[in-house]
Parts: sequence; C-alpha cells; structure tokens
Amino acid sequence: MMLAVDIASWALLLLGSFFTVVGALGMVRMPEIFTRMHAASVIDTLGIGLLIAGMVLQAGFTLVTLKLLFLLALFVITGPVITHALAQACLHEGVEPRLSEDRRGRARPGAAPPDEGRPT
Amino acid sequence: MMFAAAAAAIVVALALVITRAIKGPTVFDRVLAGNSVGSLAIMLLAVVGFLTGRPEFLDIGLTYGLLNLIGTLAVLKFFRHGDLAYDADEASGS
Repeated sequence: MMLAVDIASWALLLLGSFFTVVGALGMVRMPEIFTRMHAASVIDTLGIGLLIAGMVLQAGFTLVTLKLLFLLALFVITGPVITHALAQACLHEGVEPRLSEDRRGRARPGAAPPDEGRPT
Repeated sequence: MMFAAAAAAIVVALALVITRAIKGPTVFDRVLAGNSVGSLAIMLLAVVGFLTGRPEFLDIGLTYGLLNLIGTLAVLKFFRHGDLAYDADEASGS
C-alpha cells in the first residue's frame, strides 16, 4: 500500500516537474505577450497542481496537507485574476495580439480587406 | 530523491523564466515573468521543505503567495492608470 502511494507520488511529482519546465520553456519561446501568458498559466495550473498533489500524497492526513491545499486554492484563485488584469492592462496600453485573422472586422495593417459575405 | 528531481526541475524553470524577465521587450513580459518567478519560488520552498523534512516552510510559501498577488496587481494598476490611488468614479466625474 505504501509502495503504491509512493509510486503515485513519484509519478505526480515527475509530471508536475515536466509541465513546469514546459511552461517555462514556452515563456521563453513564445512570440508575444498573450501567448506567453498562456504558457505561464501552464505553470500555474498543471505544474503546480500536480506538484502539490504529489506532495499531498507524501504528507498524508496532516496539517501539512491542509496548508498545501490552501496553497493550491490560492493559486487557483489568483492565477486567473492576474492573467485577466495583465491582459486588460496590455490592451489598454495598446499592445495588440498577433492574429492571422481579425474576427472583429478591423483591418490589419498590410492585410487584404475582409471579405464581404462573412459575418463579423 | 523524487523531491530532489522536482527541485532541480523547478530551478531549471526558474532560470528560463528569469531569462524572459531580463529579455522581455515590454514591461508586461517582465510583470508576467515576475509573477511566475513568485509562483516557482513558492513551489521551490515547499519542495525543499519536504526534501529537508521540514514542511514548516509552507507557511512562508503561503505568505509569499499573498504578497505576490498584491505586488503584481499593484504594479499592473500603476502601469494602467499611472497612479496607485486611481478612482474610476472620480476620474469620470471630473
């Protein structure tokens, strides 16, 4: 039984480490701020969630588990708040997302005019 | 052993995120990277706490998480309005 819990905890910690590194790699490789936010949210949700799940399995039913769950709740609540505020601040400052097609019907600089039959 | 692997992965991720914080062309990249550095530092605290058998480090992590949220929002509000005490009603009234 202990061995099964240990193996599950191993797997969760390794998966969490993997997603953390992938998210950080995405923050370096992604081309602009909005896609980088997407990569950062991978760290905040999958990476940290799986790492905390792995540590919860190691801690068992103790006060430490409660603190870890508080930490997880903190990340679940604050991650979207910060991402939202950051995106809003970016748009307010005039940082535009890089799009292959603007669905709001505005002309993209250096692009063909939007076709007529398409609802925008 | 498994905590050492997780700690190593978090340190690698921290290095990558700090690269973005240094390179970041706009201030928002730096804010985002700063927030991620905070999250990763909390996880590093927790994992190192488990690694050394002292999970009391989690209390520090919780405090740092709350500070991280407030710090990031304060910086964003400052860059959005140029003023930490900005009041939307007052601005639209005058």
